[in-house]
Amino acid sequence: MTRTVNQELTALSGNEAVAYAFKQARPHVASAFPITPQTEMMHKFADFVANGESSAEMILVESEHSAMSAAVGSAASGARTITATSSAGFALMWEIVYIAASLRLPIQMALVNRALSGNINIHCDHSDSMGGRDAGWIHHFCENAQEAYDAGLINFRIGEHMDVRLPAMVNYDGFIISHKEDALYMLDDEAAYDFVGPYKHKYTLLDPANPVTVGPLDLTDYYFEHKYSQLEAYPRVFDVAQEVFDEYADLTGRRYGFYEEYKLDDADLVMVILGSSAGTAKDVVDEYREKGVKIGLLKLRMFRPFPADQLKSVLSGRQAIAVLDRSASFGGWGGPVFTEIRSALYGTADQAPLHNWIYGLGGRDFELGHAAEVIDALQKIASGGEVPTLNLLGCRA
Amino acid sequence: MAAPMVEIRWHARGGQGAKTAAMFVAQAVLAKGKYGQGFPEYGPERRGAPMRGFTRIADEPIRRHCGVENPAIVIVLDPTLLDSPAAGVTAGTDGDTVFLVNTSLPPAEIREKLGVPGAKVYTVDATQIALDSFGKPIPNMPMTGALLAATPIMELGEMKEAMQKKFSEKFSQAVVDGNLRAVEKAFNEVVSE
Repeated sequence: MTRTVNQELTALSGNEAVAYAFKQARPHVASAFPITPQTEMMHKFADFVANGESSAEMILVESEHSAMSAAVGSAASGARTITATSSAGFALMWEIVYIAASLRLPIQMALVNRALSGNINIHCDHSDSMGGRDAGWIHHFCENAQEAYDAGLINFRIGEHMDVRLPAMVNYDGFIISHKEDALYMLDDEAAYDFVGPYKHKYTLLDPANPVTVGPLDLTDYYFEHKYSQLEAYPRVFDVAQEVFDEYADLTGRRYGFYEEYKLDDADLVMVILGSSAGTAKDVVDEYREKGVKIGLLKLRMFRPFPADQLKSVLSGRQAIAVLDRSASFGGWGGPVFTEIRSALYGTADQAPLHNWIYGLGGRDFELGHAAEVIDALQKIASGGEVPTLNLLGCRA
Repeated sequence: MAAPMVEIRWHARGGQGAKTAAMFVAQAVLAKGKYGQGFPEYGPERRGAPMRGFTRIADEPIRRHCGVENPAIVIVLDPTLLDSPAAGVTAGTDGDTVFLVNTSLPPAEIREKLGVPGAKVYTVDATQIALDSFGKPIPNMPMTGALLAATPIMELGEMKEAMQKKFSEKFSQAVVDGNLRAVEKAFNEVVSE
């Protein structure tokens, strides 16, 4: 049943929007260390703590390794826990990022996507998130402040669900989304918390009557079985996420999925893209549609777990597919999204030629003309022309 | 039928408040039920270095996230940027682009400097208005007032209300009042031909 609530159109930066979402979920603990472009998000959240709008215990640590360690300790003790970082900060968390997922602790993190060094660059690309793709977290990518706010709430429900119990990150493009004043609809605090609901922990370190061991030595006898039980959790994310997306759509009128299909129904040519660039590309898709070009766009929203089965059917029967990656895999064959899509489509009937474009590294602007360049190349591929499989976009090569 | 999206590009030097103005206008248009997007081009953020800001206003949600390449309106907060080819004040403009320049010079002279024959040029001495109104040579807010005279995106009263709401959280009422005076003065004093 639809019970769409009133929502006010508000102007906020992406960072502020996510800080509101996190506040509205009433976390018990927040641990963080500042890094551009994430800093403003936790700054805003700390304001909520300081002015009494959030009763979270704010733990200011001396590094990101400690931020994630504190989050793990907090979540293991049964507290709803948030953190946030970017780029090198995420890299420094590395060891503990895996532990959070292995211990099945539903920590919520804002990963404000920023390039990794070197050289030092504070601007957006997805290499931070992609580096962590195998660590066991749920990776949600967002196109704008609205999606970042919504995913900020939705992730609590997915990650904390007893069929899932995994940490989740909301990825949004550094500066492009994090620092842009954008218009979005927000729920009021009460409606947002009604949706997220209270956190019920299953095991806690703080219950002497029911003692549990967390993170023991786990050698050749059982480590593999524990990894097996972790592997089993990821396919379940899809069912849980679908339920949560549906409920959120009933509540807000905004319907999400593992990916968004834009003008895909009759599209011969497809661009696959994630993050803020999807919005820019949609404007260009419209221009080409007016000229009669059957181009559509698939915006990937969930990269982990990867919705391979669902993508197989939606990408079948096309003439040419372009996969855009905002990160490189050095020494690999194509960017991370490309290899994943290619692998998902392997062996499907009528598989269209797949080509990869790496773009926007270190915040290089993804312009309207770049999307046009890709669509032009797709037309060329579809009509039998030669286009390299791996390409760079917007780079003075 | 939705009106076409308006894309504005701000040219300024670090410290003149172009970022604040670009983001403020995006926020203020909400009062008109419009969608706004405002952001600067983040660079080294040195005081005095040339920088650009962007504002988009539309009846529908705004999807594109790139910088503004073909602005309908160019706002120049520092007239010395007109002499700097690297600042790219006229880049991507055409005969329909409106220029709004902070200067004591008349529009005809600025048009000649810009090298854009036939372009609609507005000028206002926003730095002097800022000095007179709140004692600091920061032209950003007066330029938002002048913008309303050049393009009726909203009523002056609506913008002043948005400004009161936005800045009273952070600044004393005396500072806010000074800015409100400056906005109104610039709105009244901006000239075209």
